[in-house]
Amino acid sequence: MEGEILIEARQLSRRYGPTLAVSDLNLTLRKGEIIGLLGPNGAGKSTTLKMLAGCLAPSAGDIRIKGISLREEPKLAKTHLGYLPEQPPVYPELSVDEYLDYCAGLHGMTRAARAAAVAQSKNACGLNEAARRNIGNLSKGFQQRVGLAQAIIHRPPVIILDEPTVGLDPNQIREIRALIVELGQSHSVILSSHILPEIQAVCQRVMIISRGRRVYNEPVADAAAFDSVTVRLRRGSKALLASVPGAGTVTEIGEGRYRVAVIPGTDPREAIAEAAARRDWGLIELRAEQKTLEEIFVELTSGEDLKEAA
Amino acid sequence: MNILTIARNELRRIFVSPLAWAVLAVVQLILGFVFINLLIDYAKNAEMGDQFTGVSDYMGGALYGFATIVLLLVMPLMTMRLFAEERKSGSLTLLLSAPVSLTEIVLGKFLGLFGFMLALLGLIALMPLSLLPGCDLDLGRIGAGLLGVLLIMMAFGAAGLFVSSLTREPTIAAVGSFGLLLLIWLSQILSYQDFPGAEVFGYLSLIGHYEDLRRGVFDSADVIYYLLFTALFLGLTVQRLDLERN
Repeated sequence: MEGEILIEARQLSRRYGPTLAVSDLNLTLRKGEIIGLLGPNGAGKSTTLKMLAGCLAPSAGDIRIKGISLREEPKLAKTHLGYLPEQPPVYPELSVDEYLDYCAGLHGMTRAARAAAVAQSKNACGLNEAARRNIGNLSKGFQQRVGLAQAIIHRPPVIILDEPTVGLDPNQIREIRALIVELGQSHSVILSSHILPEIQAVCQRVMIISRGRRVYNEPVADAAAFDSVTVRLRRGSKALLASVPGAGTVTEIGEGRYRVAVIPGTDPREAIAEAAARRDWGLIELRAEQKTLEEIFVELTSGEDLKEAA
Repeated sequence: MNILTIARNELRRIFVSPLAWAVLAVVQLILGFVFINLLIDYAKNAEMGDQFTGVSDYMGGALYGFATIVLLLVMPLMTMRLFAEERKSGSLTLLLSAPVSLTEIVLGKFLGLFGFMLALLGLIALMPLSLLPGCDLDLGRIGAGLLGVLLIMMAFGAAGLFVSSLTREPTIAAVGSFGLLLLIWLSQILSYQDFPGAEVFGYLSLIGHYEDLRRGVFDSADVIYYLLFTALFLGLTVQRLDLERN
């Protein structure tokens, strides 16, 4: 990916007293990317995002936003950020309009620019019918939208969202996800979640954090690739299957099932089907063994526990 | 610019909450009650007004003296929410992630509170000023007294703001700032004790510096005391917020 680097975090660490919440984390966000931060509860997702948003100073490491150091020039760096924390930072006693106007003012907008920004932000987050209502009287889903509207009101190049869909009903979740995807077209987004399908649906790259460390950092499309094919034949053998072009090592799993490793970059399924039909192997099952994000997640995050226990 | 934006929002939030109106109403009721009492007293013993104590001194001085006690009770209620509630509800994050400095946040909040103080001061000022059509008031004296009330409110407000930044429970912030203010107030008592350096406590006491202003004596040392007191606690609040981030 070639886009401009918007966030660069190097060797980020954060301690809370003796506890190490985040350790040696590296993160790069490029223009036009949506990164999903995944991890079990207490893995350090929120801490990482708080540090990126400038609400928490890292114990060690360096964060640059558009090349501006968050430590040395926090005010300038923060103008490029929009942040929605876990709890939407709203004032229940204000109306949506008053609140958004204030947020626009905090970002140094002039009175004229504020009105346009508020209108645009309300439009984007579907808040038009709630504009005059007090935020305290809105449902959780709408409060979340207000929080999101606040994060995008100054059109920042980077948006940081901490569990944006938590506590919403399925319809609202779909709406917010669609909104995030839409935002991803003009902004770069980092979002955290522990809902795997959400990350798969929305993000281009997944980063899994476990016990404060980055354990996985790959494009979502890679997680969808497969490295083996399961074949079930009525009549056939390991040797025959191995002779099919594109097939790697073959292992027999039993009941006529074989696992055929795939030589990277090839897809032997068609060749297998063709060979089976031609030579009458009696093919009754053929499927790609796709590693789901869930499997990767479980493998990486519970593996840590096992290692620690050993 | 940022300070004004925060201050305006703070003032709006203070006045949309019923607490501010309740405080204004209660303070006005109590001070009105005291005022009427003083007025009746003065009217009964008009002959005691001599060349040294006039109506301004009697009415204004006594009223403002009493006002400080009421303020000691209500200012912690007004300051308790400033940071504690924002921290509890998570809305403090909005300010921390916005491109504003901690100093601007603290000054903005204090300035918003200052707006409320002016409203309170206006109500307190109106009582003695209502005597204007009927008698000859010493406006300088009344003015000095009002300045004293404002300065003492600023000191109370700054200390309350600091205590509010220490906790996430507004009620604890209220109790804490009330305790802190009363303690500094009462440090006057220590100055009557007989030990070396005892008079320092009298000098540090919040109320000692108020006496002169109440009697119409404008001493710049007193004014500077309150301004320094206010600045000290605002500075401590900034430090405290910075510490929280680290």
